[in-house]
Amino acid sequence: MSKEPVAVVGIGQTKHVAARRDVSIAGLVREAAVRALEDAELAWADIDAVVIGKAPDFFEGVMMPELYLADALGAVGKPMLRVHTAGSVGGSTALVAANLVAARVHATVLTLAFEKQSESNAMWGLSLPIPFQQPLLAGAGGFFAPHVRAYMRRTGAPDTVGSLVAYKDRRNALKNPYAHLHEHDITLEKVQASPMLWDPIRYSETCPSSDGACAMVLTDRAGAARAPRPPAWMLGGAMRSEPTLFAGKDAVSPQAGKDCAADVYRQAGIADPRRDIDAVEMYVPFSWYEPMWLENLGFADEGEGWKLTEAGVTELDGDLPVNMSGGVLSTNPIGASGMIRFAEAALQARGQAGEHQVDGARKVLGHAYGGGSQFFSMWLVGSEPPDG
Amino acid sequence: MPEVLKAPLAVEFPFTRSLSPVQSAFLTGLRERVILGVRTRDGRTLVPPVEYDPVTAEEIGELVHVGVTGTVTTWAWNHAPRRGQPLDTPFAWVLVKLDHADTALLHALDAPGPDAVRTGMRVRVRWAEERTGAITDIACFEPYDGRDSEVTVNAGEFEDPVHGIVAQARLDYTYSPGRAQTAYINALAERRAVGERCPSCRKVYVPPRGACPTCGVATAEQVEVGPSGTVTTFCIVNIKAKNLDIEVPYVYAHIALDGADLALHGRIGGIPYDQVRMGLRVEPVWTEGGGYPDHYRPTGEPDAEYDTYKELL
Repeated sequence: MSKEPVAVVGIGQTKHVAARRDVSIAGLVREAAVRALEDAELAWADIDAVVIGKAPDFFEGVMMPELYLADALGAVGKPMLRVHTAGSVGGSTALVAANLVAARVHATVLTLAFEKQSESNAMWGLSLPIPFQQPLLAGAGGFFAPHVRAYMRRTGAPDTVGSLVAYKDRRNALKNPYAHLHEHDITLEKVQASPMLWDPIRYSETCPSSDGACAMVLTDRAGAARAPRPPAWMLGGAMRSEPTLFAGKDAVSPQAGKDCAADVYRQAGIADPRRDIDAVEMYVPFSWYEPMWLENLGFADEGEGWKLTEAGVTELDGDLPVNMSGGVLSTNPIGASGMIRFAEAALQARGQAGEHQVDGARKVLGHAYGGGSQFFSMWLVGSEPPDG
Repeated sequence: MPEVLKAPLAVEFPFTRSLSPVQSAFLTGLRERVILGVRTRDGRTLVPPVEYDPVTAEEIGELVHVGVTGTVTTWAWNHAPRRGQPLDTPFAWVLVKLDHADTALLHALDAPGPDAVRTGMRVRVRWAEERTGAITDIACFEPYDGRDSEVTVNAGEFEDPVHGIVAQARLDYTYSPGRAQTAYINALAERRAVGERCPSCRKVYVPPRGACPTCGVATAEQVEVGPSGTVTTFCIVNIKAKNLDIEVPYVYAHIALDGADLALHGRIGGIPYDQVRMGLRVEPVWTEGGGYPDHYRPTGEPDAEYDTYKELL
C-alpha cells in the first residue's frame, strides 16, 4: 500500500524578537499553534496528535518542557511526542509529524517548534566547563569559522561572498513581517565594515538570538480537500546523521547532507535540483553556509556554489532564490529555526508568502542542519500533490 | 589498569522566566499573602493556576482566592534535605488541597517526624518573612487544627505586579572522561600525546574515545603521535568569552598531530595572529603543571603542502 500524501494546510509563526517578556514559554508556543489552526480553519478537537521540538533543555532549563505544554497545545488525551536533533530539530520534528500522517497513524497532526532564548544563554548552554578539558572557545561561531576558512581555501572563493549573503538575507527579511531583524538601513558596506568576530566571520554574517515559535498543521488527502486555502504537498522528506567528529569527515560538505538530499530528490523524482527546484529555504546561521550548502545539496558542482551567490542567482528575484524569508541570519529561535525553513518552503508552494513570495514557486526545498554539521533534515514541498 | 579519572561538574545558571498574566497574579498574590486559583470552564478551581484549560484547551484567566489552610492529600518523608530545598531539617513533601480549591499544591510540611504526618491532616501556610513574588514566599506548611480559612470570592488587582522571576538551576554531576581519555590525560601529564588506533579502519584517534565512531568497534592499541603537527584550518577569535582567561585576538586552530588521522583543537602562539596560515607546522608549548599544552608555536619548518592535510580539515 502506498503512503498517504501529506499536505500542509496551516502555518503559524510568532513575530520573532530578541525577548518576548510578555508571554511564558507556553504562551509563546500557543501563539504559533493558534495561528496555524486559524490558517487551517480548524479547532483543537480536529487535531489527532501533537509533535513538538526544541533544542537542548539546557537552553531554557526546563527539563522535558513538552510535559507542561500539553494544556497549552490542546494535547490532553492525545499522543504528544517531543523530538530533539539539535539545530535541525525543527525540520526533523515536522518530518516525524509528516510520517505519522503518511503512515495513516493519524489524519491531522499539529507540529511545532520553539526556543525562548531570552530565558537563557545559548552560548553558555553549549560551553559547559567539562573537567580535564582545556577551555578554548565559547559559542558556535568559533566552532564553524574554521570550516568556513576551509571552504574558502578549497574553492578559492573571494572573501566578499559571505557579505553578499548577509546583505541579501537581511534585505529579504524586510519583506517578512515575522523576521526578527528588520535592518532598514542595511548596506553592503555596513556588512563589510562590521566587526570581525571569529575571522573569517563578521558580526553581520552571524545569526541573532531570538524568541519564537513556528507551527504547522499537517493532514491527509481528505483533510486537504477540506482546507480553506491551497495546501502545500510533501513530495519527499528525509533525515540523516553522522558523528560530530570522525577521521575522514568532510565538515565543509558532510556526506550525511549529500545522502539526505539525494533521498529527498529520489522520492520526489528530482533529476536536476538546479533545474527542477524553484526556491530554497536553507539553514544558514553564518553567511558562508549558503554557498557551502548549495554544493552539498547539489545545486552547484563542488567548488562552484559561491559563483551562484556572487552572480545574484540566489537573490529574491534570481533564478534560484535562497532564504526568501531572511533566513536564520535574520531570525534564530534555535529549536524553531529548522521548522521555519520547512514552513517558509510550504508558504512559497502555497503562494502565501506575501511580499517575499517567489512568482511561480511550485517546488521548494526546506533544509535544516544541527549539532556539529551532523544532523540533517529536509523536505521538498510542491503546489501539486505527489503522483500516484 | 590505572584508575579512571573522576571530577565534580556543576552545571549552574540563573534562568529567567517571563510570566503570563495568570502566573504573574499568582506570584504577586503570594507576596501579598493571598493564594489565587483559576476557574476552569467546568467550574473547578486549579491551584497553582494554569493559563489553559486542561479539558477544553481554552485560555482561562478568572482568578479566585482560595484558603491558606488545607488538607494533605498525600505525602512522602524527606530524611535528608538537599541544598535549595524549602527546609534544612527533615520534612514531608506534601500535596495540599487548599480550602476552596479542587487540585493540590506541592510544597513542604514542617513536622517533627513521619509519625506526625498523615493523609487527611489539616495544615496551613507559614509565610516567609521576606516575600518577593515567588513560590518560596510560602516558607512551608505547618500542622493546623483551627478553623477553615474564609476567603473573598473575587481576586483583586495588585500594585507593582511581578512579571518575571529568576530560577537558579544547578545540577551536580560526577564527571568521568572514561578509560581511553583517562589514559590520554595521564600521558599529557608526561607531555606525550597518545591516541588509539581502530583495529578495523586503522585510523588513529587523538584524543581517543575508546571506540571508533565509524566502525563501531572498541579501540585499545595505543599510538604515540606528534609532538609536532600541522595547522589544517583555524579562526581568529576577537571576542572575549566569559570565564576564559585568554587575551584576544588569538588563533583557535585545528591541528593534525603527525600520525593522527583527526585534527585536535588548540591555540596558536609565538607568532602574530595575522601571520598564522593553513599548513603551518607547529609544536606544543607546555607550562609547569598545565595538564595539556598551553598552546602550539611554529616549528620553523616549511609549511606542509595542502594535499598532505586536506583530508584532515
